[in-house]
Amino acid sequence: MNKIFKNTHTSKDLIFIAERKRYRTIGIVITLLGILSALLFTPGAESGQVSTFVLNSPGLVEAQVADLVLPTFASIMVLSVLAAFLGIYQLVRSFGKRSNMVLGLVLLLFVFSFMIWATKDKSINLTGMLRLSVVQAIPLIFGALSGILSERAGVVNIAIEGLMLIAAMVGVIVSSATGNIHLGLLAALLASGLTALLHATLCIRYKVDQIISGMVINIFATGITSYVGIKFLIEFPNLNLSGLYPNFAIPTLSGLPILGPIFFNQNIFFYLAFILLVVIHLALFYTPWGLRTRMVGEHPRAADTLGINVTRKRYVAVVLSGIAAGLGGAYLTLGAVGRFNRLMTAGRGYIGLAAMIFGNWNPFGALGASLIFGFASSLESKISILQAPIPSQILGMAPYLATIIILVGVIGKVTAPAADGQPYESEG
Amino acid sequence: MSRTKKIDSNKERKKLLVFWKSIRLPILAFLTAFLAGAILIIFTDLSIYALFNTAVNHLTVGRGILAIIGIATIPASFWIGNLNFIQGFLKKNVLNIWSISIRGTIVVFGVILAIFLLNLAGFSAVLSTALEISYTAYHSLFAGSIGNFSEIVDAFQSGNIDQITEAINPLSESLVAATPYIFGALSVAIALRCGIFNIGTEGQLYIGALASTIVGIYLKGLPAFVHIFLALLAGGLAGAFWAGIPAILKTRFGSNEVINTIMLNYVAFKFVEFMLIGPIHRPDQPEPFSAYILPSAELPRFLPYPNRFHLGFFIAIGLAVFMYWFLFKTPTGLEIRLVGKNPNAAKYAGINIKNKYILAFLISGAMAGLAGANEILGVNHYLSGTISPGYGFESISLSILGNNHPIGVIFTSLMFGFLRNGSTRMQNIARVPIEIITIMQALIISFIAAPTIIQKLFRLKDDDKERIVVTRGWGK
Repeated sequence: MNKIFKNTHTSKDLIFIAERKRYRTIGIVITLLGILSALLFTPGAESGQVSTFVLNSPGLVEAQVADLVLPTFASIMVLSVLAAFLGIYQLVRSFGKRSNMVLGLVLLLFVFSFMIWATKDKSINLTGMLRLSVVQAIPLIFGALSGILSERAGVVNIAIEGLMLIAAMVGVIVSSATGNIHLGLLAALLASGLTALLHATLCIRYKVDQIISGMVINIFATGITSYVGIKFLIEFPNLNLSGLYPNFAIPTLSGLPILGPIFFNQNIFFYLAFILLVVIHLALFYTPWGLRTRMVGEHPRAADTLGINVTRKRYVAVVLSGIAAGLGGAYLTLGAVGRFNRLMTAGRGYIGLAAMIFGNWNPFGALGASLIFGFASSLESKISILQAPIPSQILGMAPYLATIIILVGVIGKVTAPAADGQPYESEG
Repeated sequence: MSRTKKIDSNKERKKLLVFWKSIRLPILAFLTAFLAGAILIIFTDLSIYALFNTAVNHLTVGRGILAIIGIATIPASFWIGNLNFIQGFLKKNVLNIWSISIRGTIVVFGVILAIFLLNLAGFSAVLSTALEISYTAYHSLFAGSIGNFSEIVDAFQSGNIDQITEAINPLSESLVAATPYIFGALSVAIALRCGIFNIGTEGQLYIGALASTIVGIYLKGLPAFVHIFLALLAGGLAGAFWAGIPAILKTRFGSNEVINTIMLNYVAFKFVEFMLIGPIHRPDQPEPFSAYILPSAELPRFLPYPNRFHLGFFIAIGLAVFMYWFLFKTPTGLEIRLVGKNPNAAKYAGINIKNKYILAFLISGAMAGLAGANEILGVNHYLSGTISPGYGFESISLSILGNNHPIGVIFTSLMFGFLRNGSTRMQNIARVPIEIITIMQALIISFIAAPTIIQKLFRLKDDDKERIVVTRGWGK
């Protein structure tokens, strides 16, 4: 017996080998990032140049903070050397389980040295930029939560984009027609919830391929919102004039420098996103309802055997998912712009989906991913203002490329719920 | 002798029946979507509501009762049609002679009665306007897509080339509009036949368009047929390259192609945008447009100036026929279809599944790239960010509608080319936004993907259990 197994690895060995290979890849990537940042960003920098980061936010906070002035060449060199050192340490000794964290840190260093390079001899408002990142992340958080809710129950939801569009339009029309913004929000949630119910019916009752069904919803939403937009909103501009939810400053906390304007002086959608995030996390992982829902997504047959109503669980999850997406859509009109523009979601639903995958189908992971994507898009807009010698479109590709890389599994394997996308047929 | 003949004719009949069954669902889906579209058009027209208001203001008690009875007739006819003893009675005595649907007949009579009663109740203006609105919309749709038939006949009788060109312009424009759909739907179809869902057609289309634009602008001094060939080749290869990325990711790392192609679409859009603003931007233009391609790279057109009918249409048809031959008459095609039907069985039959995935993806990407090249070389002659109003995405529905069959795809694409082209006229004349086509498209795909809906609606026997399965989730 022993002879047969002599030269084979046990599965544990195999996992160990795979992990070691992954750590080595990460080490190489980190070292390369360090070298790259030194090579890319230092040429042309002279000794006298400085990069200025403004930390004040006029109009939002009274307190004054001194600007952060960094010598361009020296700071980039320090950051690059630090990154290279971490990379070599990873290659020689390895950070083990903390490798991903270190990779994240080095990416942050890389982005920061990029920003120092881009603001060479100029100044940029760092607080404003971070605030913009968080604001950009709000619809992504809602989108990702929407995806998590339905996919944890085993229904693939690529209809988030369409759900958002419908909610955005209905919200604006109802709140303009009634003059009551809360009513508009409610109607938006109702509309996206009903559309999600349609998705659920197609997927669960008619067993349509879930991706086709999601696509149908997206096409339908594109069509109907554009149709109504052209037919009515142009003719009656009053119907496209909802108010905006005002910013709500949390007392005392909003007075904090830097943190205040970013986290404690936003409108209701921002706080709602975080509350919803915590609620969904708790509900999914700490309540019987969540356990059952996850079970339906992982192994519906087992759940059915235990007497859980698979169909109903899935319906509920998809409708809730629709409501979450609806919040994201309503944010775009009632929270950010105040009017509906054709195809105004501009792919945010899909990025929310990417954030969900990025965050490994976990609410807090999705939050992190949404913030990263939000940061990328605010960086994109700021960089084009600074006229840095790099096209903003290349930066704009970053979230999409990052998702593809994540899916390849270099940074770690993401695992979808096991029964995600599979219709369930009871054997009774 | 006569026996074999009989068997043959039986076989023929069976074949015809199978064919009829395969096209029955798409046709019914189309009709239902048109009906739903008409209802949408009527209900979003404001003049209807004004007329309805006046009619309601003139209601008396008697007329009100008539109206209520009239409206109630329609659900009642559905109910009566379902009653067993009525069905039995009619089947025995009347309808078995004509062999038509009993319930359908009763419902049609119910609708006619309802219209009659509502007319009596004073709603005639509302009904006739509703009919007129939907008629105007669809009439302008068909006039815009096909043209005026008598005008065409007159033009051909006169023999004047300018007159002919003008008369058949709507028709040829429809063919021009259908061409990218044929390429795109072929792209989706071959991928789906292999069990891959390529949502990336749109991105591959843009990359193909970019490549053929670059070849069209910068390769100078070539004879036309070489230049055209090279530009088309560049488009196809670039599309294949862009599709090769998710193919490699799928086969090498097992990451799902749906999400990867969605992401690559956005990367492609950003990349094209970057190229249009930077390297290939036309200097005298504030908009992000590329320069015009050289005349030697333009696909030849057949008729005098305003007419845009070009060679691309015949290339598309030729490729569709070639694809039919490739998929259904060659061993490789058989293997691809086998992988799509049942990858496990294919594996045990000794087929290299990964190679087939890559092959199908590359061909799919090449078709998408050609769709882009066709738009550049045949129609637009320069690249802009809006050359495709979603050809790639719409091709998915066309492919599914055509049962992923290369020949079926020609017909569905032609159908949509006609609709797209006619819808512009519909918007101008009947004030119905073009987007009604998009809505109808969504309805059609859902009817095709969930045949139960149509089967229930038209009381068809549920005999084809086969469902469209493109992918199951993200994993694996």
